[in-house]
Amino acid sequence: MNQGFDFSIAIGGAAGQGIATPGNILARTFVRRGLHLYAYNAYQSIIRGGHIFLTMRVSDREVLSHGDQLDLLLCLNQDTMTRHLRHLGPGACAIYNSDTITPGEVADGVQLCGMPIFEMTGDRKNKLAQNTAALGVMVHLLGLDFEILEAALELQFGRKGEAVVSSNVRVARAAYDYSHERFTPLPVPLPHNEEPLAVWTGNEALAMGGAAAGVKFYCAYPMSPSTGVLHWMAKNARELGIMVRQVEDEIGVANMAIGAAHTGVRAMCATSGGGFALMTEAIGSAAMMEIPLVFINVMRAGPSTGVPTKTEQGDLWQALGASQGDFERFIVAPESAEDAFHTIGEVFNLADRYQCPAIVLSDLLISEGTFSVPPQSLDMYPPIERGKLIRDAERNGTNGTYNRYLDTEDGISPRAVPGTPGFVHVVATDEHDEEGILISDEFTDPHKRRQMVEKRARKLSDALTRIPPPEIEGVEDAEVTLVGWGSTWGVIREAMEQIEARGVAVNRIAVKWILPFHADAMSGLLAAAKKILIVENNHSGQFARFLRGETGFSAHGHIRKYDGEPFMPHHIADGVLAHLAGEVPGGVFVPEQEIRV
Amino acid sequence: MTVELRHKPLTAKDFKGKVDPDWCPGCGDFALLRATQMTVAKLGLQPHEIVCVSGIGCSSNFPGFFGSYGMHTLHGRALAVATGVKMANQNLTILVTGGDGDGYGIGGNHFTHTARRNVDLTYLVMNNQIYGLTTGQVSPSSSVGMKTKSTPFGNVERPVNPITSAIMNGATYVARGFSGNIKQLRTLIEGAINHPGFAVIDVFSPCVTFNRDNTYAFFRGRVVPLEKEGHDPGDWKSACERAMEWGDRIYTGLFFQDPTVAPLHALEPILDDAPPVCQVPEPLTATQADRIIQRMM
Repeated sequence: MNQGFDFSIAIGGAAGQGIATPGNILARTFVRRGLHLYAYNAYQSIIRGGHIFLTMRVSDREVLSHGDQLDLLLCLNQDTMTRHLRHLGPGACAIYNSDTITPGEVADGVQLCGMPIFEMTGDRKNKLAQNTAALGVMVHLLGLDFEILEAALELQFGRKGEAVVSSNVRVARAAYDYSHERFTPLPVPLPHNEEPLAVWTGNEALAMGGAAAGVKFYCAYPMSPSTGVLHWMAKNARELGIMVRQVEDEIGVANMAIGAAHTGVRAMCATSGGGFALMTEAIGSAAMMEIPLVFINVMRAGPSTGVPTKTEQGDLWQALGASQGDFERFIVAPESAEDAFHTIGEVFNLADRYQCPAIVLSDLLISEGTFSVPPQSLDMYPPIERGKLIRDAERNGTNGTYNRYLDTEDGISPRAVPGTPGFVHVVATDEHDEEGILISDEFTDPHKRRQMVEKRARKLSDALTRIPPPEIEGVEDAEVTLVGWGSTWGVIREAMEQIEARGVAVNRIAVKWILPFHADAMSGLLAAAKKILIVENNHSGQFARFLRGETGFSAHGHIRKYDGEPFMPHHIADGVLAHLAGEVPGGVFVPEQEIRV
Repeated sequence: MTVELRHKPLTAKDFKGKVDPDWCPGCGDFALLRATQMTVAKLGLQPHEIVCVSGIGCSSNFPGFFGSYGMHTLHGRALAVATGVKMANQNLTILVTGGDGDGYGIGGNHFTHTARRNVDLTYLVMNNQIYGLTTGQVSPSSSVGMKTKSTPFGNVERPVNPITSAIMNGATYVARGFSGNIKQLRTLIEGAINHPGFAVIDVFSPCVTFNRDNTYAFFRGRVVPLEKEGHDPGDWKSACERAMEWGDRIYTGLFFQDPTVAPLHALEPILDDAPPVCQVPEPLTATQADRIIQRMM
């Protein structure tokens, strides 16, 4: 368990009540003090109303999930108070506008911090005053100087003019003073680390990863929870010289990106499962034409429109089976926002080397979460390897001898881009020969067809040597081995600490690279494991099925969650203990989501 | 003083593809291929400066028979792919070729939005009013009453009007040609390639195998070249009125042109006096990288 400072703040209210602003101010304040942050926003597909619940976990060491507990609850409406007050334990505080919100039953030791907003501000009309006042109370409870908040408010509202800044500072000051007179600050004040951290969302990490990897063409159709990538790209397009286009649909997106990639530019696009379904035919065409590019699927709960604002790891098989036909592709599921940033550069190099499409599986948890990151850990100049790319316009012509799909020893053919004199050729989605001439119609030739299938497949024959194999993390000879993939990386790590604290030796295997898959290495690890439990954020156990197919290993049990909310560490710990106690009929443990949202 | 010619003058023959067309003998598509080869040669274009993008269908086999860079993409997606090519390398001349099913049916959405964006492409639609490669089903441009394998009792749906659709959606060069008039086709294609924006030429290209209604003979008796009618291509209302005529008189020629609308790539600030994005070095500059990090702090 965490020995240091570990603290969770939640802000609940309806859409339109302005949760984002105090959330942003707090996030910036924390990371500037060098504190680590993991924020998860449980929201609804609604612009006004509904219930939104932002959880921000802060610590003086790295945090990898939104945690299990609540220490400070800010209720912007009665609904939040009614739903969540009962989740507070001794030592926690609830902050609310006492003019409009009434607390209900409360556990012993919970401090109720009611703010009489009218008395403090003399204003009944400004509905956002309670948000600013709450920041004043929070800053006091956290043991911070008011000047820190004043500076943050100036930064947040500076664009709106001096009058807005000063009125917010006035309200915050009144609340800070009110809190100082009446409420007891938390026993441990907010610590201060030396090095300030940066803050970003997972979507920003994906976009930045693209920018650092040399993406100069990005196109998309807006779809939650992937839209943040488009927003970052659009905002930065001019400064970074990136061509950014919003397209009429995801079919157009994928095809436009392919057209761009064919010119030699690094092209990327992002969507969610529904849009990815529309892209799939084009993904196969990129494989057939041997045009490298990166498709990001930010998974949300499905099927169909599903639950647009909730998370799930439900598209693994969609990615595995994306597009008709039998072809090679890369599939990678980043573990965190920081990992997503680095993964984009890595996977572009692979796509370019092997001239094939690559699929990145993110999910709502990673993409829309807000996280701290040490800025010095971000390599803004990753290696950029374009493979056998010919785009030298001054090169001497080779007309008549250049074959786009030359059947080389490694299967990878020199790739010339349009505009290059002397390398004129046609790329085709129909099967073609080495020259690019169609063999699907009158020239049908089974020998050539076989040759081309084998050539494309052979390209990836050494790809595994460029992908790190999965490893055991944690104690050797553990009683339980947890296996997860993608975004469950962080929460499983934190769950392991709880499991060990409950007296069970546990280790884990985190899988990031799905295709091509290190089946031999994985089989070796699984053969040595005593009890394998697979953790995934879906109902049917998509990864469990994949793993059985690749290795022949069946897990001893499963921990799955498919209610739209991400795992909290104790869900996994409870699942492990239940499995060990033999209390999981059917072998699948499904944790109950406490109503924190 | 010596003048070094970078490229020798080319002829239509230099734009032959690696294989000869496998279209049915008499297919209207031959005429468009020939007219296009003659026109790009006349304009002094080099094979490596052109990308010919197509979808799927008989006419979409065009890039394989044409001697330039080519992309034979998915059914209906040629315009989306071509837009990507153009926006990543605005220096290329891009021809998009396909049929009525590819462009007005499965690709209809892209047709609308490519026109709206005024992407600088030359779109040559070989309109035979039938699905030929799938052996004769009704198409979005088939006439009412037409009997096909999928409408054995006659088509009840009204056809799309490619000319008025293109004009209404914002295309800035809209023309109609006929495979029986190569001379006019050459003029129209030349105008389309020189036009800075989305240029659509709907070409009556008879399917001699599956369409018994809209034959060469059918069109020969009806086509009236607009250039002989004193039509003003700047007048979109007159253009639409003439495009709606379908009977004894069917107009061909340039219906509409508006050269004042900027093509999409000219509206993109990052391309102002700049090389194509495909030629910009990939790594971020130090200034760019530092600013990104600063905004996260």
